[in-house]
Amino acid sequence: MTQAKQPIIQIRNVSKRFGKVTAVDNISLDILAGEFFVLLGPSGCGKTTLLRMIAGFEMPTEGQIIIDGQDMSLVPPNKRPVNMVFQSYAVFPHMNVTDNVGYGLRISGVSKGEIRDRVAEALELVKLGGFEDRMPDQMSGGQRQRVALARSLVMRPKVLLLDEPLSALDAKLRAQMQFELADLQDKVGITFVTVTHDQDEALSMASRVAVINKGEVAQLAPPADLYEYPANRFVADFVGSVNIFEGKLTLDEPDKAAVDCPGLGKIYLNHGVTGPHGADVWVALRPEKIYLHVPGEGKAVRAAAQDAPDGHNLARGTIKGMSYLGDITLYEIQLEGGQMIRVSRPNLSRHDQEDFTWDDKVSMHWRADSPVVLLS
Amino acid sequence: MFNRTPIAPLEYTRKLWMRSWVGLTMLFLYAPLILLMIFSFNDSKRNVVWKGFTLKYYEKALNNDSLVEALVNSLTIAALATIVSLVIGALAAVALWRFRFPFKGLVEGTMSLPIIVPEICLGVAFLIFFAKVDWPTDLPWPLNLSAITIAHITFCFPFVAMVVRARLASFNKEEEEAAKDLGATEWQAFRDVLLPHIRPALVAGALLAFTLSLDDFVITFFTSGPDTITFPVKVYSMVRFSVTPEVNAASTILILLTVILTFIALKLQGVKGIAETH
Repeated sequence: MTQAKQPIIQIRNVSKRFGKVTAVDNISLDILAGEFFVLLGPSGCGKTTLLRMIAGFEMPTEGQIIIDGQDMSLVPPNKRPVNMVFQSYAVFPHMNVTDNVGYGLRISGVSKGEIRDRVAEALELVKLGGFEDRMPDQMSGGQRQRVALARSLVMRPKVLLLDEPLSALDAKLRAQMQFELADLQDKVGITFVTVTHDQDEALSMASRVAVINKGEVAQLAPPADLYEYPANRFVADFVGSVNIFEGKLTLDEPDKAAVDCPGLGKIYLNHGVTGPHGADVWVALRPEKIYLHVPGEGKAVRAAAQDAPDGHNLARGTIKGMSYLGDITLYEIQLEGGQMIRVSRPNLSRHDQEDFTWDDKVSMHWRADSPVVLLS
Repeated sequence: MFNRTPIAPLEYTRKLWMRSWVGLTMLFLYAPLILLMIFSFNDSKRNVVWKGFTLKYYEKALNNDSLVEALVNSLTIAALATIVSLVIGALAAVALWRFRFPFKGLVEGTMSLPIIVPEICLGVAFLIFFAKVDWPTDLPWPLNLSAITIAHITFCFPFVAMVVRARLASFNKEEEEAAKDLGATEWQAFRDVLLPHIRPALVAGALLAFTLSLDDFVITFFTSGPDTITFPVKVYSMVRFSVTPEVNAASTILILLTVILTFIALKLQGVKGIAETH
């Protein structure tokens, strides 16, 4: 993916209030030219409002949006160098595919010949060749979405905005479209800004993700950083599945740290945290980063003969719940201190799920660099 | 014959009682009209018993200058009232659908008043109103129809507004935004996206307004003068003397006219579009 350095969209201290409700609260961020930017957040967090302000359908209460160096405050939606793919696709039901895709060019007075060529090119791009004369009601949801995509791409916008582009598709098609969208973005080189509440979508397509919570940016990072180095409890919990333990920071040196969690004991880390000593902190631990085995015996899986290899943390508990998901099995384990911890384990062979069952006493260990210490 | 599939519980169209019920309903609705048409060909002045076939009453009706004049008046008023109601009604519906403004509920309620207020009251109200404002009555045709036309617009446009409003409820606002996003101005988005969506409602509303205006008697009776007789008023005055086949003939022509107009409107729109409106 090519990434130019200069920002194509600059959002400067933008707030949006509807009466007493603050939908977007003083957000500032830059979207770089050519990137696949995702606004991720739960419903009602303000991400769609932000997108609609970029498109021009909502005006910021405060702040400024600059697109391609130009202040957009007084520019109506029909004059902005961005195009949007709507959540409902908003394909014009009384026009066939060609007329839908050619609409924007037609009203801006482009010559008939050029319209024909560019529409054909756009339809080719979204793999809808041969559908020129179809009416929208003769097409599936996925095909209508491609029409909406082509209709926007044909305008050659500087930025393409996509509002929950995959939410209406079934799971298989969604997975396929995730790849296709990323591929398409790579091909046309246009900046994509997508809104989604689906973390899988965000992680798989984005070059950078802004996690939005209650109208504010909770974290802005590339997908892998978001998952492996969440900045706070909200991001850790919203992106992926996580165990969070509250504790006190008792040791904090450049190459090691320890958090004392009531009921769990000390969790050791092999790196510094730079938090105030004795502060209340939270330790986040992903379920797939925990190894599971029978305490001190040969039925141990994946890991070592001992309960925990050097440099690993160790915990014991009892399996209280299991759910077999095919590729992995999810275990709910009650720790000796009473807390619950979630562990996932890949089913590497066809019988792995038979290794453990309800009420088994188990040991868990995890590497000292697996947990993340969160200060908020 | 013998391998007919048995009638399923919900296959009402194949049940005898349902078929006879539908048949009876049809009979009840259309028997009077069909009788009226048949007796327009009756060769009898009294028009009570069938005396033989004739077309002479059609000839008589078409040669009756005052009857033809009334028909022309009615059609003119109906056409004008329809056009104006369509514009006002559609605009009112769009305004009520799109904007939030103070006293919106009141405006909406007042707008449908002409539908619920008894026609006789409206008629009297118009009579008093036009007398009070001294509305000129001696204008040349077709300006002399202005009073009736205004009265007709008053009770026609709420129907148009109602039908259009119902249709607008199913409009996806994102379509309009999409048009603007692609560079359309407010007007272009209205013309290219919103108007096509409400077109079936406009056709349905126009049909409603036209027929309502064409056959209105009560309100017209109070607002018409000696020179501005409409068809229903004329028929009423003819019936007061005797029900001759001439009245039947004139009515048959009117029925034929409305059926043809409806047919054309449906053809223009596609019946499917109209059905979608309701």
